[in-house]
Amino acid sequence: MSKTLFEKLWDIHVVMDIDGDAALLAIDRVLMHERTGGVALESLALAGRPVLAPERAFATMDHIVDTRPGRGDATLMPTGTAFIQATRQGARAAGIHLFDITDPRQGIVHVMSPEQGILIPGITLVCPDSHTCTQGAFGALAWGIGSSEAEHALATGTLRVQRPGTMRIMIDSQLKPNVSAKDLALHILSRIGSAGARGKVLEYAGSAISALDAEGRMTLCNMATELGAFTAIIAPDQKIFDYVKGRPFAPQGVDWDAALASWQSLYSDPDARFDTDLRFDAADVVPMVSWGTSPQQSLALGAPVPTAQAVAGRDTAEAHARARDYMDVTPGQPVTGLRIDGAFIGSCTNSRLSDLRRAAAILKGQHVADHVRAICVPGSSQVKAQAEAEGLDRIFLDAGFEWREAGCSMCFFAGGESFGPQQRVISSTNRNFESRQGPSTRTHIASPETVAASALAGVIAAAPVREISL
Amino acid sequence: MTPFTSMTAIAAPLIRDNIDTDAIIPSREMKTVGKTGLKEGLFAGWRYLAMGSRDLTPDFILNQPAYRDAKFLLSGANFGCGSSREHAAWALAEYGFRAIVAPSFNPIFHGNCIRNGIVPVTLAIDDITELADAMPAPIHISLEEMQVTGADGIALPFHLPEEARRALLLGLDPIGQTLLEADRIKAFLAKDALSRPWIYPN
Repeated sequence: MSKTLFEKLWDIHVVMDIDGDAALLAIDRVLMHERTGGVALESLALAGRPVLAPERAFATMDHIVDTRPGRGDATLMPTGTAFIQATRQGARAAGIHLFDITDPRQGIVHVMSPEQGILIPGITLVCPDSHTCTQGAFGALAWGIGSSEAEHALATGTLRVQRPGTMRIMIDSQLKPNVSAKDLALHILSRIGSAGARGKVLEYAGSAISALDAEGRMTLCNMATELGAFTAIIAPDQKIFDYVKGRPFAPQGVDWDAALASWQSLYSDPDARFDTDLRFDAADVVPMVSWGTSPQQSLALGAPVPTAQAVAGRDTAEAHARARDYMDVTPGQPVTGLRIDGAFIGSCTNSRLSDLRRAAAILKGQHVADHVRAICVPGSSQVKAQAEAEGLDRIFLDAGFEWREAGCSMCFFAGGESFGPQQRVISSTNRNFESRQGPSTRTHIASPETVAASALAGVIAAAPVREISL
Repeated sequence: MTPFTSMTAIAAPLIRDNIDTDAIIPSREMKTVGKTGLKEGLFAGWRYLAMGSRDLTPDFILNQPAYRDAKFLLSGANFGCGSSREHAAWALAEYGFRAIVAPSFNPIFHGNCIRNGIVPVTLAIDDITELADAMPAPIHISLEEMQVTGADGIALPFHLPEEARRALLLGLDPIGQTLLEADRIKAFLAKDALSRPWIYPN
């Protein structure tokens, strides 16, 4: 019988069926960060429940840890230190892998995991973090869970999972040279909305997906949670196998050969059926930016903010008015040209080496507008080291950007750093929710290229169309 | 976990789409590593006049005297989107909420509700608006009958997967349940280690 990629992965991992459409699934890898991992480890220890397979569990520091140079356990987030220390103690006591603050492997969990070869095709991987869907980009079944489920996965090596529905988005033809995976993600969000894939395993396929590199695929899958998806997934191909090979936790030797042979069958059979099947044309996608307070409220750079009537099928009149007032934008007015106060490059969406290279290509030899506070936060300590080896840090610093230690940083506000109330920020992150980057801070999400170009212009602006020459 | 069979209570209408978990409990309000001490932070950005203050916003629904004893929340689509933080469910449960009625839920938040004794009830937005219009009259939610009964007697059936329904009805501890299957898990792992040895580091 024909199967989708998701169905193949599901079947490999079923320990037993429960109540019809649910199953007990084996979980191959559990990842944690200090925001939600510490509480799970502490709760498990209090219940006297050991971690079944500590050698297959990993913790890192990304959410709370400061990204200012010279950081330690102290944080700008009040009480943040307690989360760091609880995670460290919990991880050590349970014997799980810990990539602590000073470890060269430390980084945002969804950047660190592929980098270290923890993420490989064909596995189940969970993390108490909504952006775990990022890791579906390598053909793994990877999804975000709550802390209680993390405890369950750690204690039992399994999760009780209600079988999700399936959805495929085929993206034909090719993205234009000035359009990135982030623009594609925002394009899809603007078309199908924040619940467009609710509860589904969303498989991305088609020629435009094959053309994306491993990092671009992660960017695209990262935003599936903003579509309400259970997770996203892409069939792994040679680009992914090449990326994974030789990484520290990836299979080696005969294990590599056996794994690679098994990964060759990880694709949806040609006549497999999906509950929902959509098609997009990559040639239709242009650079995008959000105007409102939900990622679905995104539009083409240069296009006017829609009227409430124009988006009546998507946003209620109240939601539209609320977003418009919060963001201080006017229907009919383009977002391009709005004066910005801040520019942020980072997050599990866009903080990998290729993201920094593309932004640096735009910034090279130029300086951000005087009124703009610009910050670049590499996604991992390894990305930071690689970027510095290439001299990208000099380009960012010379352009007037702050160059930070790795972590989630100002993607979200936890009581520490913020750009400030009513400040308008162009950001390579994933969420433009009210107060996401700080109380009353106005976030416009876009690609790193658009963030870089806007920082230079001092207003929201499109990146120049040109060849990348670094 | 406290079981839920049925309950009659006031439902607070907070009908907005896309209420995210950071609105339910802002990250800055997650001050301790544990799962408790969170009810003060529930909807803090809306409930209090300023960040860090505890001065109540008078017109916020939960601050109105008629809704002080609300046990249910009526809301808009995509409730609980955003961060996976279970603190959102913990804060709602600690505050006293036993059911959230919305047209749709974020899948991670939906799972977090079930693990914390909160019933996620999915109804059409028109039905929710109708229930809201009749507030603050008590409504009845029965998990046994899978039905919401409005103050005017209107009966609105809802659906929940059987595994979730049973866990809520019995207040089950899923880890305890799964550990009963330890032998089957062990057998699976032994077999799997032969077919996928690269999954299992030595």
